[in-house]
Amino acid sequence: MTTIAARPQVEAGIVITIARKELRDAVRNKWFWLYAIAFAGLAGVLTTLALPSARVAGYGAFGRSASSLIALVQLIVPLMGLTLGAQALAGQHERGTIRFLMSHPISRSEAFIGMYLGLVTALSATIAAGFGAAGVVTVMRGGAADAASFARIAILSWILAAAMLGLGMLVSAFTNRSGVASGSALFVWLGLVFLGDLGVMGTALATNLPVNALFFSAVANPVEAFRLATLTSFDGSLDVLGPAGSYAVNRFGGALDALLISVLVIWVVIPVTIAWYRFVRSKDL
Amino acid sequence: MIRIQNLTKRYSGTPVLQDVSLQIDTGESVALWGPNGAGKTTVVLCLLGFLQFDGEIEVFGNDVRRSGKEIRSLIGYVPQQPSFYDDLTVAETLGFSADLRSIDTARAEEVLAIVELEEHRTKSVGALSGGMRQRLGLAVALLPDPPILVLDEPTSNLDAAARQATVNLLEDLRSGDRIMIVTSHHLEEVSMLVDRVVVLDNGMAIDECAPAELGQRLGLRSWLHILVDPEDVPNAIDALAAAGFNANRNGRGVLVDVAPSDKAVAVAAISSAGVIIRDLEVWR
Repeated sequence: MTTIAARPQVEAGIVITIARKELRDAVRNKWFWLYAIAFAGLAGVLTTLALPSARVAGYGAFGRSASSLIALVQLIVPLMGLTLGAQALAGQHERGTIRFLMSHPISRSEAFIGMYLGLVTALSATIAAGFGAAGVVTVMRGGAADAASFARIAILSWILAAAMLGLGMLVSAFTNRSGVASGSALFVWLGLVFLGDLGVMGTALATNLPVNALFFSAVANPVEAFRLATLTSFDGSLDVLGPAGSYAVNRFGGALDALLISVLVIWVVIPVTIAWYRFVRSKDL
Repeated sequence: MIRIQNLTKRYSGTPVLQDVSLQIDTGESVALWGPNGAGKTTVVLCLLGFLQFDGEIEVFGNDVRRSGKEIRSLIGYVPQQPSFYDDLTVAETLGFSADLRSIDTARAEEVLAIVELEEHRTKSVGALSGGMRQRLGLAVALLPDPPILVLDEPTSNLDAAARQATVNLLEDLRSGDRIMIVTSHHLEEVSMLVDRVVVLDNGMAIDECAPAELGQRLGLRSWLHILVDPEDVPNAIDALAAAGFNANRNGRGVLVDVAPSDKAVAVAAISSAGVIIRDLEVWR
């Protein structure tokens, strides 16, 4: 008589095996290398331009360098996270590999978590390469980098990447066609990076939006939350953002950091949870 | 034992399986037989827990919905068109599968030998032919030496020689307590591999029979084209008519309308009349 022993729905060994394979796949993917090289190259170039010479380098030079990096992260990291995430489930579904994977004694939760962890690791390596390039340039040019602020920006970038990857996987969980998933992810990217910012500004002008509503509208966008959280890293204030920045500093004071980071973390947790639920509970493979 | 009760599957409200019920006992080999679109693959996908469905599927008393992971540990599955990670090599694919099943990689070498893919172990899966992919699928399925083997059209991508080799290999895998489920629409394959045939049509299980009875039950007919010397054609037609067959001249031979299980009878009728058979082929 064949008997079946109950097994935990999530086993670390299985998750690690799947994550390792996803990481290996990402590293073999030419798009991954394109993103990684573009990010590291641009980070190095922007840092070089922001540090004209060792004589003028210093805190201000780090600010310029960091501003350039933040602008770069705002554009590239969401694009990387969203497109990689969008391909994760829909791509496997379209190629039929999800059935190969799921024909093994693994749970859907293990498959989902393994894919997410593998891809987040790949993204982390790309971000590390970009920040590493910027750091190397800063040191070589004699710039006085504020290591703590630099590390903070890198960590916030990593959280943004994790959030965008989850959002991409959420898109992927609702379609079985990788073209649709990638196209939708690009729209989400445009919305977050460009339209969100312009939309908030336009709405504020057209409706005389109160300053607090303007602030919360901006902060609801994870890319904006990232920008605000990183700006405080090397400036310590958000006055540069005008009335909304002043409102934020006056209203939240020391809690502003926690608020902004919480927004980012919420953007990691909610899309990933919904995508996981969709994949585990209701999706035909 | 596998028990399927009132299995129903709908896609956007359209039923592709309707109240399918069947039971497969330990050690039994069963074919799900039917034309394309009959629902054979859907039954298999539900058994593996890939699809949401209505009804019940139990494997050794465990519900597929609640214990899918545990149940899949007992199943080796060969899909109709195996899809692997094309960037991985044959050895890496088996290694990945072995890791997910916590199986020693030495077993991977054994199954590579069984399916005769040892020479291709460093080849990228994307570079394999359809037949080799099918063999790799079989190797992955055999890795855990599973008590349940599910083969979805196992010879669909193979040429005649590879098909025969695969059928021979699968015959060897019928052993002891192993349950084998084969989906197929090839009569010869079914009759060699299984003890029982469940006939599906339009998503419903319409009949069950022994493989030898299948052709007769379904009224299936074949055309046997027998090539003989031109001067022997009249004798061959007479011999076949005497044995109760409907035969006509066709080019260099005779064309005989036969039930699938009567092909050898027709051949014997011609041979016993002293006619030398030069060649023969089966048309459907």
